[in-house]
Amino acid sequence: MNDKAPSGAPVRVPRYSGSARINHWIMAIAFVILLLSGLSLFHPALFFLSGIFGGGAMVRWLHPWAGVVFALGFLMLFIRFLPANLPELTDFKWLAKIRYVVSGRDEFLPEVGKYNAGQKLVFWSQAALVPIMVVSGFALWTPGLDFLQSTFGIKATMDHRRLAAVVHAAAAVTTIVIWIVHVYAAIWVRGTLSAMIRGSVTGGWGWRHHRRWLKREVADGHVKSG
Amino acid sequence: MTTFQPLDIVRTSATVTTAPPAGRDVEVAKLIDVSKCIGCKACQSACLEWNDLREPVGTNLGVYDNPHDLTPNTWTLMRFTEWENPQSGNLEWLIRKDGCMHCEDPGCLKACPAPGAIVQYANCIVDFQHDACIGCGYCEKGCPFNIPRVSRIDNKAYKCSLCSDRLAIGQQPACAKACPTHAIMFGTKTEMLAQAEKNIGVLKTRGYSKAGLYNPPGVSGTHVMYVLHHADQPQLYAGLADNPSISPLVEAWKGIGKYAGMAVIGATALIGAFHYLVRGPNKVSAHDEDEAKRLAEAPK
Ligand code: HEM
Ligand code: SF4
Repeated sequence: MNDKAPSGAPVRVPRYSGSARINHWIMAIAFVILLLSGLSLFHPALFFLSGIFGGGAMVRWLHPWAGVVFALGFLMLFIRFLPANLPELTDFKWLAKIRYVVSGRDEFLPEVGKYNAGQKLVFWSQAALVPIMVVSGFALWTPGLDFLQSTFGIKATMDHRRLAAVVHAAAAVTTIVIWIVHVYAAIWVRGTLSAMIRGSVTGGWGWRHHRRWLKREVADGHVKSG
Repeated sequence: MTTFQPLDIVRTSATVTTAPPAGRDVEVAKLIDVSKCIGCKACQSACLEWNDLREPVGTNLGVYDNPHDLTPNTWTLMRFTEWENPQSGNLEWLIRKDGCMHCEDPGCLKACPAPGAIVQYANCIVDFQHDACIGCGYCEKGCPFNIPRVSRIDNKAYKCSLCSDRLAIGQQPACAKACPTHAIMFGTKTEMLAQAEKNIGVLKTRGYSKAGLYNPPGVSGTHVMYVLHHADQPQLYAGLADNPSISPLVEAWKGIGKYAGMAVIGATALIGAFHYLVRGPNKVSAHDEDEAKRLAEAPK
């Protein structure tokens, strides 16, 4: 394609530190546990999923604790990734061209920094939903409610608990939908998974999808050439 | 728990496959004439006795209610209310035997996520099957009467079984047997409705013009019914619900919500699959790699 193509393996650009990756994967494992255990109680047709955890009683016990791990993991990730997820003008230009995003024609998109507007939306919608999941989850959790009452004197009426069930289920469906989009994007956009597994991406991935970020990384001397 | 067979079950929690048997059995019912109750708690003791339950000694809060609420051990509780009747000026002592009402339309059963943990028999008793119960407490939210209690010890939900085990061997419920004043009666629902008519008639002749039956239509009727001397004001009786029905929140959650949620998640996954099939992966080209390399190698 290109006569003057530089030879050899592609340059690699570091994207996530080891601690960021550990943080992400703890959260992701907890999320999958929450997803499978939660869905097993959501619809009778999915109750069989409780078998993965050793039955319904185990699900009832495990799910809220996985929730606590997930919420703490998310909190740390939120603090860590917040600076790179602040909205900017480019995000709106990017969103205005969403049809090129969906069709994978990145050449028509504005150059974006570390995260594009889609990634930022995933970040912010989960940031809004996780507190909702935590509060409503606590209101459904017998030991959690006992703890709140004995420690802080907080009492949930039966109607609060009913509302919590509706809110928890609705928020769960929303987070699961966003999670599907998130996982799909990571698979569909080739080369992305290695960011969270090896911690780095190829330079070409950066050039294609996050050019402004790549230029910054090169300028800052984070990319070893040759 | 009981000697009932699968074909005696007309409804099962969290199960879409069981077809109800052709017909219902004889509908049974318990009738509690509140006006005849003397508050002796023989029924409460009989319930503990038959079901081999013990309630730890509690504290006296200056009221007769003992314990203060239903518990995983106390499946029936006498609730005492002192009420000054504004018409007669009399102090009336209203005593209501609280416990599962065995709704025709059971909210606990509809809310329960564990297949087979709550069943409704062909004779209309709503019963908990503890082996299948996972202790999530959804039944507590489904119940319009605030009856089920999940044990902190074994994490199973408990409530009155209408002595389904005694009925199966031809015995009446323990509470009805123990009641010294026949305030608790047991029979077929038809018999109990006829009995209620008689008792209401007697109360009317005694000047209780608002006497009547409590068999709330909001839950399609119950199989534990009260004769109340003030049937126009059920809430007088320790907050008995005026017009109970399954909470709309529970209906939304367990009705449309369940299907809508599944549909939304399924549709998202399907759209993803189709997008992939139609578009194929978004690949980084050799050209992209070259551009990156050139950028990285350019003199700073
Ligand atoms: C700190 C966070 C969380 C807590 C404390 C929590 C707690 C609970 C509790 C107590 C229940 C009731 C059933 C049970 O005891 O297992 C429940 C149900 C459920 N949870 Fe969570 N949860 C949390 C986070 C999540 C997350 C992040 C998801 C999304 C994957 C989720 C999805 C679900 C689903 C789908 C149900 C079933 C709802 C239904 O039955 O309609 N939960 N949760
Ligand atoms: S606690 Fe109630 S709703 Fe939950 S499984 Fe047991 S009977 Fe069903």
